[in-house]
Amino acid sequence: MGKLIIDGIEVEPDPSKTILQVANELGIHIPTLCYHPSLPYYGACRVCIVETIWRGRSTLSTACTFPAWEGEVKTDSEMVRKARKVILELMLAEAPDSPEIMELAREYGIEETRFKVRKERIGNKCIQCALCVRFCRDVLGIGAIGFKNRGYTRELTTPFEIYSDVCTTCGACEFLCPTNAIDLSTISPNKPIPLLSEYEAGLKQRSCINIPFPQAIPNKPVLDRDHCMHFLKDACGVCSTVCGPQAINYDQEEEIVEEDVGAIVVATGYDLYPIINIPEYGGGKYKDVLDGLQFERLLSASGPTAGEVKRPSDGKVPKRVVFISCVGSRDPENHFPYCSKICCMYSAKHAMLYKHKVHDGEAVVFYIDIRSDGKGYEEFVTRAQEEDNVLYIRGKVSKIYKNEKDNLVVMGADTLSGNQIEIECELVVLSMAVRPKEGTNDLVNKLKIQADANGFLTEAHPKLRPVETLTGGFFLAGAAQAPKDIPDTVAQASGAAAKVVSMFSEAEIHKEPVIAAVDAELCSGCQMCIPLCPYDAREFDEKNKIAVVNEGLCEGCGCCISACPSGACQQRNLNDTQILSMIKVALEK
Amino acid sequence: MSNDFKPNIVGFLCNWCTYAAADLAGQSKFDIKPSINVIRVMCSSRIDPNLVLGAFLWGADGVLVAGCHPGDCHYEKGNFYTRRRFTQMKKVLETLNLDPDRLQLAWVSASEGQRYRDVINAFTDKIKEMGPNPLKPNPAV
Repeated sequence: MGKLIIDGIEVEPDPSKTILQVANELGIHIPTLCYHPSLPYYGACRVCIVETIWRGRSTLSTACTFPAWEGEVKTDSEMVRKARKVILELMLAEAPDSPEIMELAREYGIEETRFKVRKERIGNKCIQCALCVRFCRDVLGIGAIGFKNRGYTRELTTPFEIYSDVCTTCGACEFLCPTNAIDLSTISPNKPIPLLSEYEAGLKQRSCINIPFPQAIPNKPVLDRDHCMHFLKDACGVCSTVCGPQAINYDQEEEIVEEDVGAIVVATGYDLYPIINIPEYGGGKYKDVLDGLQFERLLSASGPTAGEVKRPSDGKVPKRVVFISCVGSRDPENHFPYCSKICCMYSAKHAMLYKHKVHDGEAVVFYIDIRSDGKGYEEFVTRAQEEDNVLYIRGKVSKIYKNEKDNLVVMGADTLSGNQIEIECELVVLSMAVRPKEGTNDLVNKLKIQADANGFLTEAHPKLRPVETLTGGFFLAGAAQAPKDIPDTVAQASGAAAKVVSMFSEAEIHKEPVIAAVDAELCSGCQMCIPLCPYDAREFDEKNKIAVVNEGLCEGCGCCISACPSGACQQRNLNDTQILSMIKVALEK
Repeated sequence: MSNDFKPNIVGFLCNWCTYAAADLAGQSKFDIKPSINVIRVMCSSRIDPNLVLGAFLWGADGVLVAGCHPGDCHYEKGNFYTRRRFTQMKKVLETLNLDPDRLQLAWVSASEGQRYRDVINAFTDKIKEMGPNPLKPNPAV
């Protein structure tokens, strides 16, 4: 068997592949428009045309359909360029207003097509490569779009030229179209719902398969099962066809791993109170009202705008930004009574960073009190005020609305001067209240630990045991216990870790001395106590015909004691006689 | 009933919730009527009905049994036992010619200091209206 020579590079022929695939593997560029690796070859656009030479005879073939047999292939010969030129000129006559085709034509030295452009094609961008039609039908199994008519009147449309009722507005057609000819709003009346990146706090779209954030460990893509068409409709599967190493595995399931552990540190963190709960500040209504985390992403060099401060509604650089502290916190009537602790400092940081990025910008902070209690914190706020000229206004904001210039107007009171003020600005950042992470309550019930009225986890003692819970073996760290900043979290987490280590380093466990005991003389062996015990600490001693207590397992709740009909079962150090004496003393008064 | 009647209530409080709530109420300096004598138990299910009867027979004007909210028991299901036991117990009180309302069951979690205050104050007011325990041993006899 002979060799396959592509542009002078010798490879083994492999008829199961096409010339295009082999060329791509070799890194040889062949232009394509209608080709997609997840679809069977189609050969509609013809721009991938190459010269194939076999036994001295040279012909033109489309690389996307021609098998990689032995012979010679030239991808950029004079003959190929000439043929492509004609193809592109014909394409330009068909789709005269497509910038992508014009760009490709220019690469081949074509400025204008020699063919006549029919007047019904003026403004047309579609080159009828059918990529969208094939993808919708063959990969997604929907078939919301197709062609009508034949020959030179062929046109892309929906069946009967009415809105498609099967279109799921997935947007694949719009995304795939090589000439941007598709407008999804002509196919379906429904608006596509964008998938927003959680990491970018909803300021950027993400795909169904994505690496959650740049430093993710392991740094591998994950599939969003709730939105992936493969899981929803058993269709698509494009990611597995384009993945070279075949790493996509749709059968992978979440697994439950069981581990025996000696201690659990609960460090579930916090959520921000959703902005939508503050309608008077336009939360959820105005795009330019952000929460602190969103603004943090906007400032980040790896963020959705690559570090440029641009407001989400129109991409304009805001010249005045208003920061509002205590939104939802310190508001016992409407929201939460506590102070969220971190907002004063991050507002100051945000205002400073904004001023560093937008030099002619103005930053205004509304505050009730500035709580800068930490090492160097007060100096930091002073620096924001004095060096970066951040304007601090003491007062609460009552309302935010949009004016006719599409800017936001912040209405509030300046409690130092006693005046009502209105500030027109282009972006508002709300310092939303810190809430316990969603699901903390379920965890509390599961672990049998305690939470306070606001849902934050309760420590065993507010001063003397701040990292332990009342339940043995459970420790606390971070904002799950109360709102706290990074230094405090690190300190508490180190404390919790040290507590765990000191617990593990002891040879014996310490238990409360209050546990159940059985008086063998009185026990009738009725076994009433055995099924009651939640810890399986009660067993029946077959030899002596009495119920016994496993002292290692008993936690001392005492539910077996009150169930014992003969009074044989008693709680050591808290028996009935002791309790009765307590009652007696209590009633002697 | 005269206003100077000071009810004497025995409260059996679960160590993990209501006892901590009582602590919290104290730390928060809430106004709580000084009518309750607290007896700490590890779990509300530890309370033998005999102890409640004993308290009434020795003259308690009311008995409060307080534990964790259903489903929140530190020992998984102790408060369910309590709930079942004390619905029965109320019937027993009727046979003793005692108003079953003199025995109250309450669920107060460790974070509910305010609720603890409300429960105690409301129960005290109720007992005040009912008057002293008719079974109270007469010291003169």
